[in-house]
Amino acid sequence: MFAYLVRRLLLMLVTLFGISIVIFFLLRIVPGNIVDILFAAAGYVDPADKANLEKELGIDQPLILQYWHWISGFLRGDFGYSYVSEKPALQEILPRIPITARLAGLALLFSASIGIPLGVISAVKQGSRIDYALRVVSLSGLSLPSFWLGLLVLTASVAWFGQMPIFNPNPQSFGEAFATYCIPAMVVGFRSSALTMRITRSSMLEVLRQDYIRTARAKGASDAAVNYHHALKNAILPVITVIGIEAAFLIGGLIVTETVFNIPGVARFLVEAIRWRDYPIVQNLVMLIAVVVVSANFIVDMLYAVFDPRIRYTD
Amino acid sequence: MRSVWALAATAALSLLAVSTATFAGEPKQGGILRMYHRDSPGNASIHEGATYSVNIPFMPVFNNLVIYKQDEPQNTMDNIVPELAESWAWVNDHKTLTFKLRQGVKWHDGKPFTSADVKCTFDMLMGKSQQKFRQNPRKSWYDQVNDVSTNGDFEVSFNLKRPQPSLLALLASGYTPVYPCHVSPGDMRTHPIGTGPFKFVEFKANESIKLTRNTDYWRKGRPYLDGIEFTIIPNRSTAILAFVAGKFDMTFPTEVSIPLLKDVKSQAPNAVCEVEPNNVATNIIVNSSAPPFDNIDIRKAMALSLDRKAFISIMFEGQGDVGGTMLPPPNGLWGMPKEMLETIPGYGPDVNANREEARKLMQKAGYGPDKHLAVKVSTRNIPVYRDPAVILIDQLKSIYIDGELDVVETANWFPKIARKDYMLGLNLTGNAVDDPDQSFYENYSCGSERNYTNYCNKEIEKLFDVQSQETDIAKRKKLVWDIDKKLQEDVARPIIFHARTGTCWQPYVRGVTIMTNSSYNGYRYEDLWMDK
Repeated sequence: MFAYLVRRLLLMLVTLFGISIVIFFLLRIVPGNIVDILFAAAGYVDPADKANLEKELGIDQPLILQYWHWISGFLRGDFGYSYVSEKPALQEILPRIPITARLAGLALLFSASIGIPLGVISAVKQGSRIDYALRVVSLSGLSLPSFWLGLLVLTASVAWFGQMPIFNPNPQSFGEAFATYCIPAMVVGFRSSALTMRITRSSMLEVLRQDYIRTARAKGASDAAVNYHHALKNAILPVITVIGIEAAFLIGGLIVTETVFNIPGVARFLVEAIRWRDYPIVQNLVMLIAVVVVSANFIVDMLYAVFDPRIRYTD
Repeated sequence: MRSVWALAATAALSLLAVSTATFAGEPKQGGILRMYHRDSPGNASIHEGATYSVNIPFMPVFNNLVIYKQDEPQNTMDNIVPELAESWAWVNDHKTLTFKLRQGVKWHDGKPFTSADVKCTFDMLMGKSQQKFRQNPRKSWYDQVNDVSTNGDFEVSFNLKRPQPSLLALLASGYTPVYPCHVSPGDMRTHPIGTGPFKFVEFKANESIKLTRNTDYWRKGRPYLDGIEFTIIPNRSTAILAFVAGKFDMTFPTEVSIPLLKDVKSQAPNAVCEVEPNNVATNIIVNSSAPPFDNIDIRKAMALSLDRKAFISIMFEGQGDVGGTMLPPPNGLWGMPKEMLETIPGYGPDVNANREEARKLMQKAGYGPDKHLAVKVSTRNIPVYRDPAVILIDQLKSIYIDGELDVVETANWFPKIARKDYMLGLNLTGNAVDDPDQSFYENYSCGSERNYTNYCNKEIEKLFDVQSQETDIAKRKKLVWDIDKKLQEDVARPIIFHARTGTCWQPYVRGVTIMTNSSYNGYRYEDLWMDK
């Protein structure tokens, strides 16, 4: 077990090191830096001013040195300063994380609470009108781009209610809080819920044909008991896996949703930082996300070892 | 008796109506103006910025020495009024401009404003001080200023190398605020301190900018508003919908396109909208230092192929202006009259005849129906650049030129242009001040950093100086027209059109003036109030 733990820990560190290299150098491969952008916005290039600014920001130094400054700072918890706002990078990143986390959590909750029951209904009522209707809904969920759906929701809100669910940092009522977080979460979670529904349906259909389900029915178990107690329990494992994967992919959907609903979360902030080539923000933010994902994987690996003796006793 | 009562009632009602009307016209104190902002400005320092994304939110924080009257739509010399200066005078044969400064003005941090602050600001702009701006895009505006000297705490003089009457116009721009000596340029980027009607509260990148009323403002009774809040919404659809839904009192100035304006008017019929020229010229930059555009015939043919009205019709539903370098009249002060403009090759009304002539020039250069010239049309990857570039490619087809669109990310655009890594480019040129000195020197003088095509004509350059020193407006105008005509004939940077854009506000917002010959100078907002 100890050897397994050490091996996983080493693998985690190597992965993080690899990620840091990729983040750092990919950013440098992208043409242009913050100085180019600042001068592009000013519509002129003064070589002396440009050189001074590059020196001030430290981007005139050799790449290896820049990498060392960044990664050693990251390990010390010194994230440097944003090139754009000139504020500490951590001060820029931290307040935005809870907003995106709340949105992502609600989107996943929406996805699971809608997708799983509808998937079960669709599987149990296979071939019925309701099954066809739900399959059309799920297909549309997978097909509709979230930016389009978001704009449609906004336009409809203005046209029907004369109101707009735009971000309010301090919602005063339940209605405002709902508009601030739940509507965008539904928009971004719609696609995941469609996927969850389809996976639940196919998994349930497979399980419902198993012998033990027939046995349960033969023993006189009710439909609800068979579907939810016996079948869903076994069909849920692939669904959980998919929800886990979707959580990682959610950041892509959140970028669009945060832009359309003007939510000042971390996803939109990351895109803006990339646009400005704000290296301290992009590098540290992506690295933080990587640390969270890799750490989560490490914990899961440890749990596997705890629950599966074959892994524990491999060595 | 009944008629007497009726008469009295009518008189009373009329009196009430008149008094109500007068009352409604009286500016009211209070209220926060809510406006969206189109993007997150890089920083809060107007002197280091070159986009009105910085001017609009931060101009209310500052004062200039002089300013264009904020309630007059057209920027003219006659509309310049003192601000931190109380008066000014040209002396020494128009080689010295002296300002008497206002006394008792305080910076937002409580320190007193003096002539030292003015000297500091302009020394920094001229690159003559210890402290430096990170970027100084308008340094060339002060090329003719020898130095700035003070005489006591409340008098300051600009000593010029030669007469330059238009210096006053440059000083009246929204781009020319006075900065405090005691605050570093770095601090001005993050927490600007001014003397203006509004104090800076906070700037959250990609989120919001907040300003609050300066209760100690030197102009008593101003500003009317308690504050201004800008919410940064880069997505234009979201921003417009939010305005329609009443989340904002005003759109971002000059940011509503003509097609969007229709949507706003249909969904918010009470909104007040104005469409005005913004003094931004869409133009073609030509790399004349390399084949094939080193051939003047091909350059001329390209200029002759342009159907400017088609551009305006497609992009602005007819609401745009055809002109030369300077914004055309009546909104522009220095643009050529229509009759003169139409004598320039390519500006004549018969597009087919122009193109026939262009085809002959192309054939002379060795191209024709069987041998097309393939070119790359480079432009920034932004719709206002990309859209006209596509139309340009379509029009060039008529003269045997096959264009291929080459979209370039903003970060790479100017480095690419600077290293002459392009054949043909579509560019936008905004003019902060409707004055030839700003436009000619910046865009056409030999060696200027913003002269992207490296057009260099010493004869014309001499004329730039002649017009710049001319104090007689009528004479200067004639000189400017001749220069502008020559620039167009030389295909220095063919101007395609001057755009018009819209601004909308809710009916209760009063005192809004949209300037008609610059989109950089009208955002002090001290006279703006809300009737609700």
